[in-house]
Amino acid sequence: MRFFFFHLMPYADLDPDYDKLYPSSWVTLPNSYYDPLKGADLYHRYLDELEYAAELGFEGVGVNEHHQNAYGLMPCPNVFAGALSRRIPDTTKIAVLGRALPVLSNPLSVAEEFAVLDSITRGRLIAGFVRGIGAEYHSLAVNPTESHARFHEAHDLILAAWTKPGPFAWEGRYYHLPHVNLWPRVYQQPHPPIWIPSQGSRETIEYAADPSRKYVYLQTAAPAATLFKTMQSYRDEAERRGYQSSPDQLGWSIKIYVAETDEIARREAKEHVEAFANKFLRMPQEMLLPPGYTSLASMKALINSRKTITGGYRTMEQMIEQGTFICGSPQTVIEQLAEYQRRGGFNIVMAGLHFGTLPHALTKKNIEIFAREVMPALKNAVPGETPRVAAE
Amino acid sequence: MTEGYETITGCRTFVMREGSGPTLLWLHGAGGLRWLPAMARLAQRFEVVAPELPGFGRSDSPDWFESIHDLGYFTLDLIKALDLREVHLVGTSLGGWVAAEAAVRCTAQLASLSLVGPAGLHMKGVVRPDTFLWTDEEATRAMFHDQALADAALAVVPDEAEQERRLKNKYATARLAWSPRWHDPHLHKWLHRIDVPTLLLWGEHDRYLPAVYAEHWASHIPGSKTVVFGECGHAPQVEKPDAFCAELEGFIGRIAR
Repeated sequence: MRFFFFHLMPYADLDPDYDKLYPSSWVTLPNSYYDPLKGADLYHRYLDELEYAAELGFEGVGVNEHHQNAYGLMPCPNVFAGALSRRIPDTTKIAVLGRALPVLSNPLSVAEEFAVLDSITRGRLIAGFVRGIGAEYHSLAVNPTESHARFHEAHDLILAAWTKPGPFAWEGRYYHLPHVNLWPRVYQQPHPPIWIPSQGSRETIEYAADPSRKYVYLQTAAPAATLFKTMQSYRDEAERRGYQSSPDQLGWSIKIYVAETDEIARREAKEHVEAFANKFLRMPQEMLLPPGYTSLASMKALINSRKTITGGYRTMEQMIEQGTFICGSPQTVIEQLAEYQRRGGFNIVMAGLHFGTLPHALTKKNIEIFAREVMPALKNAVPGETPRVAAE
Repeated sequence: MTEGYETITGCRTFVMREGSGPTLLWLHGAGGLRWLPAMARLAQRFEVVAPELPGFGRSDSPDWFESIHDLGYFTLDLIKALDLREVHLVGTSLGGWVAAEAAVRCTAQLASLSLVGPAGLHMKGVVRPDTFLWTDEEATRAMFHDQALADAALAVVPDEAEQERRLKNKYATARLAWSPRWHDPHLHKWLHRIDVPTLLLWGEHDRYLPAVYAEHWASHIPGSKTVVFGECGHAPQVEKPDAFCAELEGFIGRIAR
């Protein structure tokens, strides 16, 4: 099992009573709720946590992109990747998971920024591409009915910019550039590894598993039952397309809290993970699923399955039960991760060891125990094999 | 009333028709095509032709369906394909926008133009709601001044086919109106080309598009007239059907004389 540390950088100082007045912490929550002084402190604290994880031996650290919300304060993930690039060990990878291609006006600037990061890190960049969640289309006023088409064209343009000798002309539907000629070129050849984080749409799984791409598919924000299904879909799709996929093509982004005992872990995590689920993630359906964001058929299915995000209060116990949160002693966490790996067949764990309002001290402790007790025990665990027993 | 399909510019298009007399081409709004009591009344004097626009309801979503301009050209193609002449073109809300986009391009077959609370223009600084963040209930409540009408509309439980049509209509509307939001930034420059008698009809308490837009439209279309219905929301054709039909019949009648 390979471990990355992921941070969402929420505005943890958010007044939890905001939801008495506003339906969501996204799009329309007035930014008077944001205190620039507290925000600056949070940024430094969160970057410290990312750097600390890197020091403790995670294979890499991950950041992502969301716009105009209290849930994640990284509208510009490459700025954070840049801030980390010269502060973390020169063996630690940086995963930007990812840039929301359709909502950005010019994909060539993503190609450029990633090429710069790839150069500065001498090839330790993992490039993530996403469509952004539905709320992004409200926040940036980009037409959701063009989301898929723009994503595909932006991706193709970036890949061409990285791999084809420039200058050349790009004659697309949404992007039309007479001179594509990237300076700098990417450091990794032919290009940085590409990961596709997704909530699990069939279209995305097929896209990532395509033999011409073989991109890492990273399952986000889904119950374990969904995880098992999407991982299997990826393997099936690979087989259908004539190859056997590797567990290293599959990853899971999951919130985890580990402490001295199960009891301590649950006590310490409860308030903060419930804040994540019920305050930061809170979003009405109209915001989460703008028309056209998925195909009509997928939308009908999503409207039903997504009642969990837009519906009633979710408790930590429900999240543990569903497999959207792993919580307990090192032994519990090791056993659960091993079991999920056995059933899911993934090799990459994007561990969200900070969530919601989890304070710095507990985040640090979580990172420490995870790095020192969980990671070594599962280092050699592979799907389909019993993991080594934890050291003491 | 008869209904059927016509293929217009490669698009299988659902069309409702009733009546005889001068042709009244009715373009529906973002909610899709329904045969309204007002249309039934108008069909006593006119041949009412009501297509379901490409992308909406029972009509196809052809590859070329991408922008409001495509629907403007489609409307002209439909007039030609159905051999409609001396057309009294009526459009409500989004359909009014489509009608205006058609009319700035060509009025050769138009006898008049009536726009009912049309989208399509933008007045800087005039606050408008974000209709795409509304729940279905909020959208319905905002439609009417008389909330009893909203209650009645909300009491109707749509069957599965209707639910699917509504979802499809939302997709089509987003495609046309998401960005730029509910307007075409170039339309206002060419409204002076509309050289047929034009009537603007608006609800005084329109919560989708404030009634101040009526004068804005009128100021751009030479010789146009404006009617504002009191105690009325975004859909005078539904909320004030008698007054609405009387105004429309009077307007068209005066042209005919």
